[in-house]
Amino acid sequence: MERFPVLKYHFDWSIVTSGKYFDWLVSGLKVTLEISAVGIVFAFIIGLIIAVLKMSQFRLLRWLASAYLEFFRNTPLLIQIFFWYFGSYKLLPTPVNDWLNTTNFEFAAAAIALTIYTSAFIAEDIRSGILSIPKEQMEAARSAGFSYLRSMQYIILPQAVRITVPPLVNQFLNLVKNSSLAMTIGVMELTYQARQVESYSFKGFEAFTAATVVYLGLSVTITALMDLYNKRVLNPLRR
Amino acid sequence: MDGMLNFQVILDNFTYFMIGRFPNGPLGGLGLTMYLAVVSCILSFFGGLILGLLSLSRFAVIRYPVNLVINTVRGLPLLMVIFWMYFLLPALLGKTVPENNTVIMALTIFTSAYMSQIVRAGIEGIPKGQVEAALSTGLKHWQAMLYIVLPQGMRNMIPSFVNQFVSLIKDTSLAFIVGVSELTHVGTQINNRTMSFPTEIFIFIAAVYFVLCFTFTSFSRWLETRLTWHKAL
Repeated sequence: MERFPVLKYHFDWSIVTSGKYFDWLVSGLKVTLEISAVGIVFAFIIGLIIAVLKMSQFRLLRWLASAYLEFFRNTPLLIQIFFWYFGSYKLLPTPVNDWLNTTNFEFAAAAIALTIYTSAFIAEDIRSGILSIPKEQMEAARSAGFSYLRSMQYIILPQAVRITVPPLVNQFLNLVKNSSLAMTIGVMELTYQARQVESYSFKGFEAFTAATVVYLGLSVTITALMDLYNKRVLNPLRR
Repeated sequence: MDGMLNFQVILDNFTYFMIGRFPNGPLGGLGLTMYLAVVSCILSFFGGLILGLLSLSRFAVIRYPVNLVINTVRGLPLLMVIFWMYFLLPALLGKTVPENNTVIMALTIFTSAYMSQIVRAGIEGIPKGQVEAALSTGLKHWQAMLYIVLPQGMRNMIPSFVNQFVSLIKDTSLAFIVGVSELTHVGTQINNRTMSFPTEIFIFIAAVYFVLCFTFTSFSRWLETRLTWHKAL
């Protein structure tokens, strides 16, 4: 017994299932979901733009899109969070800084970093989704009189988006997990609150188990929904 | 705008960024980042191989628990895994564990779970006929795996392994949270000391990571074209 102190540990699960600490964890979950929801929406929009730019006819635009993708995919998210939180003020115009300081800046910096980081991954997913559409679709659309952008809008993208949903859901899951890094700059999300409960109650096992269960619950639920989507939408004929 | 950027702070602390206080003290900075990444990569290569093979086992008693462990780890943020190790290892071992080892352990467990998926995909990509042919020549099932399927699958896995190594390099930045003085930690330290150059410091650190990771990403792409299986038919 002496060598394994964990066996002597007195578990007290009630602290994370009710009361003050429970409320902390719930509020943490709320922030995690908020930042993930904001992140996925903007990351999708930016990712879509970058994906289209990367397939543009103009070399400069393609090159810019590649630079964006490579840079943000090949630097750690933590550094990007620190850059936006600590370092961005020197590069932004004063009015923007003033405005940012009136907002919840920790949340904003983390959301910006997460959005940009995720958008770089989403752009690649969207691009491979678009590339998987046979090019005859584009040719048919163009010969029917649609402009390039309109063919994209009405013919290619609606088909590509359907294929891109599963990898996008995957990116959303990554985003939920990555949002835990926001705790390093003081965003009170789930991991931050688990840590907080641990340092106030000395009940580290209970606190981290609770957070672990919540993260797993999220990923199991979302994965199950995606399987349903795969069955119903992507392969409706296969039962 | 707050005036021009001044990168003098980088030059002043360059060796500290690169190797920490080494050789007069412990290795730190970029050197420690590389150490953590390389050691965890080697360990999780074997971890991933074993988990990957077990997750394809013919025996449900082995397959199900292994898959449960893999999917649990994949469902968690790395930060959670690091905290778990940070609290669990000392409690299990009954003594304090150096932070470096805590982080290596967490990175290994985390990355093994992802590597196992690469191994799995690599093995499943080999046509079934190979195993059947091997079995019909009299090899046992494990021999067919080890001598026939794995060597061929490995070829397809290598580029993904390199990509995983890139993720690992990026993930070592999280070691900062338990006080391991790798590149990110050194950056925040110098930032706290000098106060007025956060932009310069984090741009520099991002650039260092970028050069490192991009080199390996490009290497992996080159490997992918080089190692593409040239099918006979």
